Amino acid sequence: MSIDYACYAHDEEGVAKDGGKRQALYMQIEGMTCAACAFKIEDRLNAEAGVKARVNYGTQRLHVSWAGETEADKGRINQLVPLIEKLGYKAAPFDAESQLEQAREAQRFLLRCLVVAGFATGNVMMFSQALWFSPAGSVAGATKDMMHWAMALIALPTLIYSGRPFFYSAFNALRHGRTNMDVPITLAVILTSALSFYETQRQGDYVYFDATVMLLFFLLIGRYLDSLARGKAREAAQGLLAMMEGTATLKDGTSVRIRDLKAGQVLLAATGEKIAADGVVVRGASDIDTSLITGETLPRSVGVGEAVYGGTINMSAPLEIEVTASSDRSLLAQVVALMEKAEQGQAKYVRIADRVSAKYAPVVHVLAAVTFLGWIFIGQSDWQDAMLKAMAVLIITCPCALGLAVPVVQVLASGELFRRGILLKSGKGLETLALADTVVFDKTGTLTLGQPQWLNPEALSAEDRVLAVAMARQSRHPLSQALALHGKGVEAEVAIEDIAGCGLKARVDGQDIRLGKGVWLGAEAVNDGQMEMWFRRGEAALVRLVFADQLRADAAETLKGLNGRGLRLIMLSGDRQAAAEAVAAGLPLDEVRAELLPADKVAVIEALQAEGRKVLMVGDGLNDAAALSAAYVSMSPSSAMDVTQNAADFVWRGQGLGPVLTAQRMSVRTGQLVSQNFAISMLYNVLAVPLAVAGFVTPMIAAIAMSGSSLIVVINAFRLKWGKVG
Amino acid sequence: MVILILMIPIAGALGLLALWGFMWALKSHQFEDMQGNAERILHDEDDAD
Repeated sequence: MSIDYACYAHDEEGVAKDGGKRQALYMQIEGMTCAACAFKIEDRLNAEAGVKARVNYGTQRLHVSWAGETEADKGRINQLVPLIEKLGYKAAPFDAESQLEQAREAQRFLLRCLVVAGFATGNVMMFSQALWFSPAGSVAGATKDMMHWAMALIALPTLIYSGRPFFYSAFNALRHGRTNMDVPITLAVILTSALSFYETQRQGDYVYFDATVMLLFFLLIGRYLDSLARGKAREAAQGLLAMMEGTATLKDGTSVRIRDLKAGQVLLAATGEKIAADGVVVRGASDIDTSLITGETLPRSVGVGEAVYGGTINMSAPLEIEVTASSDRSLLAQVVALMEKAEQGQAKYVRIADRVSAKYAPVVHVLAAVTFLGWIFIGQSDWQDAMLKAMAVLIITCPCALGLAVPVVQVLASGELFRRGILLKSGKGLETLALADTVVFDKTGTLTLGQPQWLNPEALSAEDRVLAVAMARQSRHPLSQALALHGKGVEAEVAIEDIAGCGLKARVDGQDIRLGKGVWLGAEAVNDGQMEMWFRRGEAALVRLVFADQLRADAAETLKGLNGRGLRLIMLSGDRQAAAEAVAAGLPLDEVRAELLPADKVAVIEALQAEGRKVLMVGDGLNDAAALSAAYVSMSPSSAMDVTQNAADFVWRGQGLGPVLTAQRMSVRTGQLVSQNFAISMLYNVLAVPLAVAGFVTPMIAAIAMSGSSLIVVINAFRLKWGKVG
Repeated sequence: MVILILMIPIAGALGLLALWGFMWALKSHQFEDMQGNAERILHDEDDAD
């Protein structure tokens, strides 16, 4: 889709050094593989007068600004974007930067809390270790008190500063009459500090400042890692969304953003362009590729008065289309509505960490209360002593290990997946994928490449093939582009004439070369349902070039792998029965169903889930979007339609189907490690809680037990990197 | 043990210095693009500013 980038440019905030106004724009860049790519883009743009560019390689986003304030100045960006594209990268305008900035600020807040807690932990430990390891009685009196005061001086401001994420969340939960893991944490932190302060000023023997700051430090590590993983998923999702942005050209030549289109406007759709909105053809005749919407591989012919759908591709001639539905009432919007319905119907998945803490938090409170009362009434101790023991129970039972158990593994897993070209878009994805027992594949674009491939290059002589490729390369028609893929090493350049709705014409060595529709070349129609193009050199015989959508190279291997892991495999297709069966032949599929409408696909998946199956849906088309939302978990290739990418939990890059298997393996492994981590932290509780209740836990034991269990959990998580997966 | 009166504030001040350094780095957006910035130093560019 051609995009008028000027629609997205806005005045840059602040004033430049020379006092002039500047225009600015964020862009999502695709295709960067290393930081050097980022610098290449920056250098190229900075070489232009008045232009400043900065690429954030981590988020794959470019911020570019240039001098000027008029509409014409805004248009200058349209000359800058081709510079990026010439370097081999794809750019799309990105609007959500300010939205993301809020989330990033929240992340930075956590990081600041974490670092302060880390600083305090180190410094408080300096004193508490001195106290622990000195022979009994050697540090006493004024020295001991001074050290206690120094610890209080470091710990108390830290608790107020770094405890905020927990305080806010606990306060919110209590206000709504609920309780969560942050309530016992807040209680433990505040009460322990208060008590330690009380002990300090009455020159007592033991203070717990080290335990409280360390508790905060370890918990914040878990929180921060968790927010890092979510942030990454959010950035990825927004990046994909940006690729969906586009502008449409109106009849009078002006551009508007697609989401601003209104019914009644007439838009121009050039050859090879995606049609921006649902509408009726008012001028021209063409073929429309509807494969993304219906899964049908054969193009459909349309003429004046016929309806076309947004998201389909205009293949052979320019069209004028009157918009009938603005973007919120289009077929696209209807599918989105269907998606939302499916999402509502789905039982909401509760993440494992939330389930554990919901059950666990009340237990912690009860245990601490029982300890306190037990020591007062049965143990006959004074209230400070009873309180200290109750606090020890609170600290010991909110193990940091529990807070780290899930996030560390998931951060490592999503990082590993990312390195293999798989984007995790939702936090629950890894957990739900591990539980899936049925995989439903879409046909077009998922099991197959979704792009026509040239089946009979041998039909042309070497010389003709060079000519055909050199001509085809200059057209945006999907079949021409399939031809152009065979253009490696072809240097020839041919001047062509693009005859709208018919094909391409060139004159070489006094001969007319024609490449295009059969009707135009006067060929006899062949009705075998194949996509075709015809080639003729001068008066020589007509040659039929045949195209078909092909299976992804590793489809059979991947399906075999999934089958071997005990998953039931099903293929659903919107295409004709014959076409579906041709693809399914030779694949280890348990079931094949064809000629399905989007709603039928949802029905099939819902029926499977009603049987108690957990379905992984893999699909790419608009017709799959609702099915993706209805399924327990979903994946989509990055060549997929944008709506689909948004509905899916995972999106993968590349030509293969292998990532489906990789992601499945990785999520199962992640699930195992998470369970192990829970087991470790539970075991730690079973051992430590009786000791704490019995009052044997000194600050030293609490600290050692806490850091020990956290370390074990983190080390266990790293086995994900060491072990062989996918 | 009198030396502690000197040592404790010095240790604390050094720690605070490091903490301040980190906060400054965070505030000046040095953690926004870890890999990009790490390699930026290896890249020859004519800084116009």
